[in-house]
Amino acid sequence: MKHKKGKILGTVFVWLIALLCIMPFIWMISASFKREADVFAIPFQLIPEYINLNNFKEVWFGKYNYPLMFLNSIKVTLLSVVFAIITSLLAGYGFSKLKFPGRNKIFLLYLATMMVPPQLLMVPKFLMFKEMGIYNTHWALILPAAFSIYGVFMIRQYMLQIPEELSEAARIDGAGDLRICFQIISPLCKPAIVTLIILFFTWSWNDYDNALIFINSKDLYTINLGLVNFMDETGMKYALIMAASVITIIPIFIIFLVAQKYFVGGLTAGSVKG
Amino acid sequence: MIRKYKNIKTAAKGYAFISLNFIGVIVFWMIPLIFSFIISISKWDYSKGIRGLKLTGFSNYVEMWKDEWFRASLVNNIIFTISFVAILIVLSFIVAYVLNEYVIGKKLAQLGLYLPYIVNVVAISAVWLALFSTNGPILNIIRSLGIDNPPVFIADIKWALPTVILICVWQNLGYTVILFLSGMINIPKDLYEAAGIDGATVLQKIKHVTIPSLSGTTFFIIITSIINSFKVFGLINLMTHGGPGTSTTMLVYNIYRTGFQFGKLEFASAQGVVLLLIIFIITWIQFRIQLKNEGVV
Repeated sequence: MKHKKGKILGTVFVWLIALLCIMPFIWMISASFKREADVFAIPFQLIPEYINLNNFKEVWFGKYNYPLMFLNSIKVTLLSVVFAIITSLLAGYGFSKLKFPGRNKIFLLYLATMMVPPQLLMVPKFLMFKEMGIYNTHWALILPAAFSIYGVFMIRQYMLQIPEELSEAARIDGAGDLRICFQIISPLCKPAIVTLIILFFTWSWNDYDNALIFINSKDLYTINLGLVNFMDETGMKYALIMAASVITIIPIFIIFLVAQKYFVGGLTAGSVKG
Repeated sequence: MIRKYKNIKTAAKGYAFISLNFIGVIVFWMIPLIFSFIISISKWDYSKGIRGLKLTGFSNYVEMWKDEWFRASLVNNIIFTISFVAILIVLSFIVAYVLNEYVIGKKLAQLGLYLPYIVNVVAISAVWLALFSTNGPILNIIRSLGIDNPPVFIADIKWALPTVILICVWQNLGYTVILFLSGMINIPKDLYEAAGIDGATVLQKIKHVTIPSLSGTTFFIIITSIINSFKVFGLINLMTHGGPGTSTTMLVYNIYRTGFQFGKLEFASAQGVVLLLIIFIITWIQFRIQLKNEGVV
């Protein structure tokens, strides 16, 4: 009896908090289908009487270049993820399966660097990127993401658990290290790789700080800058802004729903970003 | 001789495998870090490029304290860190505990809790700006409760910082709950059963079983939350621009403001070094305590 009461109370409490977390997004979606005049109408209507699809039409097909910015984000995100996974696998293999002098020292250096907050490097990177000629190009976003310290760390930890005999056997069969790395060891790291793909995707897609500093031309804007720009241009048109916001969330939301298991695993493992 | 040759070959292979990533890490992490120190101890005429750089010692570190915004950022950030971490830890512990023990529809509730954590900061700022706007739903609800002149929250000098803190708690709650949950799942069930046989109440079980078993997890969460609280930027830049007045300016936001809006890259770098020092000290404390704990156990 007592247990049942506790269960009901607990359920109510947690669901209240969960609803607080979801509510703003429900409001966002609801507002994105409303006419501007209905957005703040009292009483609040979850499903508007008049469902207005024009907001999405205006955001996507209007003068704001939203599809271009969406494509820019997809390009930056996909390239970042692919490069980051490849360099992480190579270096993770090096740090876990090959022996060379200074290996542990270099890895310690990696761990120490992981601690540095990326925002600290805004100023020097800005100056360096100008010198390197990648300021105001997508490379300014892709390259730093492509050399992930965190990715190396995670792949190394995972590869350390894979028994040495596997690589030995392959070596006896005449396989080179590149082949062992990509055809034998990497497939066994699938859970770690999937988790990293999701993490890298989320970081790149949601990246606002770097894009703000390193991208200047409107035709290179990623979706987050696009949304800020959209807010500046449309002012107080909240129905439009909510529609524009919903569009930026959709890719992450789909991944989240499809790969929730890995997502949660990545969050608990991915406590340090780098 | 042959053996030595083989070793050199494996070593070369090792370097080759890490080289791609390592060069990237040097270029995009280590060089900027060193560069950041150098800029912070120099005066720089940018128009002359790298030749305009003159080392002047630590005068930037002295002078930056004259900036009211920097002092405000430091104070605000400390207030932010303490309240954010305290609220976040207590709330997420309770939610995780209840979630682990009782809740109906656990999976779905968890999904909801994570949502704010995975959505980009621009969309989050957009929706909160709308919700907090003068005619927005939050003020409407408060008005309907009979309060005629509710505070305008993010535009009010007294309410802005607490509001930002609560939005950040809201944003990070799901993540911290997962961390607590993953710790709680590992607590052996028989510990609770033993306590139950001894007649312990729920609160006693939490005090004597859950909290002691989670000390490592809790410690980790506190440290990462503190470090994350010093990195808050997007929300400030998008929602308040540090205002009204200097009421919500934070360290990273002020680095951005000093460096990129006012073009004082030297001061921005010096502030960055101060931030790094703070994070370094916190990490060092964490490391020491962890070593101590491992030594004792």
